[in-house]
This record gives sequence, C-alpha cells and structure tokens, in this order.
Amino acid sequence: MTDTSAIPLSDWAAALLAVDPALGGIALSARASPARETWVEGFLTLTGRAHRRVGPGAGDDRLFGGVDLTATLRAGQPVMDPGLLAWIDTGTLVLPMAERLSLGRAARLAQAWDAGAAFAVLALDEASEDDDQIPPALLDRLAFRISLTPQAQRDALPPHTAFVPADITAAQQRLARVEVPSGVIEALTGTAAALGIPSLRAPALALRTARAAAALMGTPQVTRDTAELAAALVLAPRAIQLPPAEEEDTAPQPNDPPPPKDPSDPTSDPGETTQIPEDLLLEAARAAIPADLLAQLAARAALTRSGAAPAGAGEDQKGAARGRPAGTRPGDPRSGARLDLVATLRTAAPWQPLRRKMLGHDPGRLLITPEDFRLRRFKQKAEKVVIFVVDASGSAALARLAETKGAIELMLAEAYVRREQVALIAFRGAQAEVLLPPTRSLVQAKRRLSGLPGGGGTPLAAGLEAALALADQIGRRGQSAHLAVLTDGRANIARDGAQGRTQALADAQTVARVVRASGIASLVIDTGNRPAPTARTLAEDLGAAYLALPRADAQVLAGTLQAALDPQAA
Amino acid sequence: MTQAFPFSAIVGQEEMKQALTLTAIDPTIGGVLVFGDRGTGKSTAVRALAALLPSIQAVAGCPYNCALDAPNPACPHCAQTPPAKAEIRATPVIDLPLGVTEDRVVGALDLERALTRGEKAFEPGLLARAHRGFLYIDEVNLLEDHIVDLLLDVAASGENVVEREGLSVRHPAKFVIVGSGNPEEGELRPQLLDRFGLSVEVASPSDVKQRVEVIRRRDAYERETAPFLKRWRAADTRHRKKIIAARERLAGVAVPDATLEKIAELCIALGADGLRGELTLVRAARALTAFAGATEVDQKALRAVAGMALRHRLRRDPLDEAGSTTRVARTVDEVLPA
Repeated sequence: MTDTSAIPLSDWAAALLAVDPALGGIALSARASPARETWVEGFLTLTGRAHRRVGPGAGDDRLFGGVDLTATLRAGQPVMDPGLLAWIDTGTLVLPMAERLSLGRAARLAQAWDAGAAFAVLALDEASEDDDQIPPALLDRLAFRISLTPQAQRDALPPHTAFVPADITAAQQRLARVEVPSGVIEALTGTAAALGIPSLRAPALALRTARAAAALMGTPQVTRDTAELAAALVLAPRAIQLPPAEEEDTAPQPNDPPPPKDPSDPTSDPGETTQIPEDLLLEAARAAIPADLLAQLAARAALTRSGAAPAGAGEDQKGAARGRPAGTRPGDPRSGARLDLVATLRTAAPWQPLRRKMLGHDPGRLLITPEDFRLRRFKQKAEKVVIFVVDASGSAALARLAETKGAIELMLAEAYVRREQVALIAFRGAQAEVLLPPTRSLVQAKRRLSGLPGGGGTPLAAGLEAALALADQIGRRGQSAHLAVLTDGRANIARDGAQGRTQALADAQTVARVVRASGIASLVIDTGNRPAPTARTLAEDLGAAYLALPRADAQVLAGTLQAALDPQAA
Repeated sequence: MTQAFPFSAIVGQEEMKQALTLTAIDPTIGGVLVFGDRGTGKSTAVRALAALLPSIQAVAGCPYNCALDAPNPACPHCAQTPPAKAEIRATPVIDLPLGVTEDRVVGALDLERALTRGEKAFEPGLLARAHRGFLYIDEVNLLEDHIVDLLLDVAASGENVVEREGLSVRHPAKFVIVGSGNPEEGELRPQLLDRFGLSVEVASPSDVKQRVEVIRRRDAYERETAPFLKRWRAADTRHRKKIIAARERLAGVAVPDATLEKIAELCIALGADGLRGELTLVRAARALTAFAGATEVDQKALRAVAGMALRHRLRRDPLDEAGSTTRVARTVDEVLPA
C-alpha cells in the first residue's frame, strides 16, 4: 500500500466501510451493469460479513421483524420473525433501486440506526438525471457517495479492489487505537463549513472516515493524507457551494492565524502534532469536486429540495391502504394491507375436512394457510398535480408575465389548502425548463416564480414536451397531472431549436396531439393582448378548455383556473 | 437499545432544549414542533429527552399505561382485570415512523389470535403505547394526510376510538406530540400546525467553535460511550430533578391579572388566530417560572416563551415573505419592552 494515490476513491470507500460499518454506507450511483455488480461483489467479499439484497418491494415486516405468518399458522401459536436487519447485524444491507425507496422505509432505517443497529447500507442509485432520488433522510446518514466512472469500472475488474480482506481485518484491529491529533476536528469542521454543508453529520462522518483510513494505512494517528482523503470522500460530494477561492494564496497568513490549535487541546500527543491546515483539506475536497459542480448543483437542488420528497407523494399505495373498499385479492397481509377476515375464512372453509385429513388429527382450530389470505382493496382518487406551462417569451407574454405569476401564486395558495401540488415549466428562448418540480412548498414556489425572467423566442413545442415528460413522471408516482398552458400560441421556435413559424406551429401541434392522446386534462389560457386564433388552435389540438383572458387580474385568472380544472369545486 | 446521547451534552440549540423541557414540566402545553435542516440534532434532542424524563407509575400489565391510583374508566385492560399492583415504567417516547400504516397507529384486530385461536382481540397500536408520554414524529410534514387526520382527532379528544373489523374499542390516549421536519421539503397543514403548543426553528450553529464542539462530543460519545455518559450523568440528573421540582411547584405559580392582560394584548397585536395562543403562552410562561424556582410569572418569562408559543399561529398569509419569527420578535418588543 505504498502508492495510495493511485487507488480510486470508490475502492477507498469500499475498504473504509468494510473497516468501520458505523460509517453508515455508500450511495453508489451507477446503472445496473456487470461492472457495478463486480464492484458490489468485490465490496461484499472485502467485508466478509453477512449481506442481503432487499428490493423496494420487500415487506416492512420482513426487514424489521414481525410475526412469521407461515410458521405461526403451522404451529398454532405466534412465532416471531426477528427480521432481516437483526440477521444482518453488522453486515451490509444492499438496496437496489434505492432511488425508489419509500420515504417511510428510509425513515425506519434511520430510526433503526438511532436505536443502535449497526448495519451498513449499500444504496444502489440507478436514477437517471431527472428521476427520483435516494430519500435525503437516508442519504444524509451515508458517509460516501460515489459514482462508478469508466476508469473505476475498468479497475474494478478482478482483482476487485486495491485491498484484500486481510488488510481490512488488520485495520479493524488497529482502529480503536488510532489517535486524532489536535486540529483535525477543527480542520474537517471548518472545511465542511466552507463548502456550505449545513448538516453536522458530514464532519462527524469525515472524522470517522479519517480514523478508518489511518487504520487502513497502518499509521498510528490521523495524518494529513488520511484527513484529505476523508474530505475528498465525505465532504466534497456534499458541497453546496464552492469554497471561497484563495485570492492571495501565496501571501503569508495575516495577523489572524487559524484558531490557536496547539494550546487548545492539551490531551494530544505533543511529540508529533500533525498540523493540517484547513486550506489543504479544502484543496483536497476541491480536487474531488467535479468541474461542472454548479450545473449539477442546480439540477440536484431542484430535485432534492422539493422534487424527491413532495408531501404525501410517491407512496405506491393505491389499492392497499385507504379509500373506498373495492373487493379483495389474495396476498400477504404483512405488507401493510388490511386483511379481510371474513373473505379469508370463507376461502379456508371448504378445505377444512381435507386439511384435517392430511394432518391426521383434529387440532381443534381452523386450519388456515397463507394462500387463504384475502386482502382488502381500496380505491382512491389519485393526488392532483397542476403543471403550469408558462410562455415567458418576448412575443406577448412579457407584458402579462407579472399577471401570470400572480395567478400562479394565488393558485398555489389554493393548492396549499387543498393539498394539491403544483409544478412550473417555463419556455422561452430556445428551450423549456422545469422551474419547479411538483411541490407543495410555498417557499420554494415563490422563490422560483419571482426569479422567472422573460424574453426571447416561443418554443411552444419544447414547453409542451417538457410538460408531457413531467406528467409522465407524475403518473408513474401514482398521481394525476393536469396542465395549465398560459401562452398566446404564437410559436416560432421548432423542436430542433430552429427558427421559423411554420415548422414551430407544426411541431407544437404534433406534441399537443400526443398530450391529448395521453389523456391529460388541460386548459389553455390565451395570454395575448388580443385573443389569437393560434392559441385557440392549440387548445383544440390539446383537447383543452380555452380561455381568452385579455386583461384579467390575477384574482379573476385564478378563479377561472379553479373553475376550469375542477368543475365540482367551483 | 443503546444509551441515548445525554441531554445536557447537546451543544447550543437552547430554544429547542427549553421547549422540550417546558412540555416535560407541563404536558398540557401540547407538543413541540421542531423545524430545521438535517443533522442539527433534532432527533438527538428528542431521544435524549426520553432518557432524561422521570419514570411513571403504571398498572402492571396494562398496555395503555394507566395510573394505579386513577385508572381510566375507558381502559379496556383495567376494566377487565382490576388493577392490582403498580410497576415503574420509563416515560414512553414512541416513534411514529413515516409510512406507518393506520393499523399500527390506532391498533387493530390481533391477527395471530384471531386466526390461531379464533379469538377476537384488540392489539393496541402506537397511540396506546404513547399514552401519558410523548409521540415523536420525524418528518411530520411528510406524513400522509389520513394519518395526520387521525392524530388530530385523537390529540384533540385524548381518546382513541377504534371501530373496525367488528371491534369496538376505546381507550385513553393523551400524549404530547413532538414533530420535526424540514420546511423546505413541504409545509405542514395549518390545522396540524395549530395543535402544537410550541414551535422552534433550529439551524446548524454558524460558529465554527460550536460546530467543532458538537463533533468533538459526538465523537467522544461514539468512541468512549461509558466514560462520556458518566461525565454528563450529574448534569442530566440535575436537570431531571429540576423538572420534577418544577412540576410540583407548577400549581403554585401565580399569573397576575396585569400579565394576563399583557398576553392578550400581545396576541391581539399579532393577530394570532384563536385563543389557543393565549392559553399556551400562559402555560409555557408558568412552566418556565416554575422551572426557574419563582412563584409569579413576570414579563421576562413571557418574553422568553412568546416566540415559541406564537410564531406558528400568526394569521396565515401563505405568500408572506417576512419570517414569522421576526414578526413576533418585533411585536414582543413593542408590547413587552425589556
């Protein structure tokens, strides 16, 4: 282990988690591929501990323990199943499709950790760019976030990683004795602060990582190298701001040296106090930050802050949890669905004589097997998400942009009361942009709205296309999407970004018909100064209600929206 | 269950600690809402409080935590088997996880007994276990609507009524709701917001020294748990004793008429909806006064709790930009000059 710099970060993360499972885990973002499987395999071999793959569909009872129904019925008395987590102990819980993990599952995993469980999580994030994300409650507790770069994938081919299980065992023995020289905690905490990381779990995990790294390298205390590694592994992926650039990096530190580290901690070994300047850690973290950080941040903030965790959304519970009763179906009652006792008994009844005969004697009770279970099904109305598609081009909308914003704000207040969600797409210039993924957060919505600029061409087709993609995504989450298109319909940018009114209108028509075919309820509000035939044509293509609203004030506009989208309520 | 992080060892976050302490003194204050970023010690504080709270005396074997001297007449257990002897239990602090099913919350037909022995029995849910204690909901703002409705109903009536699957059970369920969440991820419904007595906003300490101290203590707790806990035990015990003493003094704390008038004036000036704000403010100020060992609520106590008692009750203007914390602070300065 002399040339430590050549080891890819993904291998470090694997080895460090193997040394200290209390680091929480690794969020590995990579599509399912042989390279990923090789990496996972390599990691699991490295830990040498128990592991289990648990898909997002597995029942909570199986994971966290509960009544073992099959055994209970066979024995005629309650038999408890301790659950996979108890079985895994300090081993690894592998979560494929972690981006589809329900918020509830993530919360219970976090709770299990809080209650003293010591398992590690390997969350396999297979999300594409604008899809779901690993629930933040879980992500915050995982020390490492890595993605398999092509290079790492090549390196991950056998022999899987740069480390062998013997390294891990040796490191674990050294772990408890690793010293932390004074200044390391300060440096890591300062670095986290400079990177704008609000959660204090980050520096705490970084400290643990540094310690595990020192144990792995065989040094008696945390050194500059290990601290830098920890910063690169734990802090860099969490950065939400770039560290302040060093303006005068060569200039000697002015009269104010970083907090007096030497005298502050008398317990440390005075023989060899490794001073780790914060700057160096920052440097290490900066080196690990990808070049397009800011672009990624924008995309990611949009997702994690509101998109990934909208209130009450995302849970796939249509049919199982609530709503009006709608018949029964066979299934396992431990998945949270409600057992229909009468139907279950009715199913079991005809089999009783046969079962008693097979058993050889009469146990004096009903013989029920898991196949008899009948679960209640419920019907419920899917939650509604209103997608506002706003024409922010220069043509006509500019004059009305303020009014449109006002209408959306009022609509938002309305949605807040009725627990609906709202999303916002704006199109201008050459493209459309999802300004606000489905959310109920007023704070977010208001912030995005007020920052919406106007001007440029009218890429109507792109706007509708973005709305269609978002509606599709919403549909997959079990919600229903409604469109409110606010435009004058005067498209002049085609789908491929080319200028030209004819092509642009044709494209818009094509997309509009696809929207109509998808059965998405929609509404077109003509925001032109004078009602234009283009907007009316668009409404016809969309199969939408058409409203011409020259000079509406926001209140009227919101009222009309309300009435058009929800005739019963109005 | 590992030993919880000591309450006294939590660095900073004074308002949150104070709010939790006040509800521990007087549960009728009605719950605490903690809003803030991830990793700011919200869960840590609640779990630490659980370890700190004095234990309760309950009827032995009663799953509903009935008190021996005054068993609730509605309790299904104590109605059937007359309470004989008491046992000491820790004050329940029950986690209500996100994604929990309705069955788990309110209780349901005991499946095993129904299927294996043909008995119709009720299996108490989380609400039963939380009686006389705390119900902790992490990410309360992401909780599903039907669970929220259920909680509201029970919290308001202090009683859980179950009518399903041929069962008809009612049992007492008086508990303090402690909720935490991150407002950026979704808002809380106003109805639920109002049920919380106190609300506090937490943020990561901006001071690097404080942050370092947080990490240092956390590290010590994780690595040398026993010595760390020992070091803080005395402080925790002191805090517990103060809470117990304050509970005893609580009834004797006077609220002068002048103070009541000030409270009303404050609530009117803020336009806080309903009278719940006034009531909570009185109770919180009284608890704080008892905790401090004084006998009469004064202006200082009012100033100290006004923010947490009122900031979530201001007339809702969903599009209001100014934070309600600042609005309360401004009005408090006007009505109750320091």
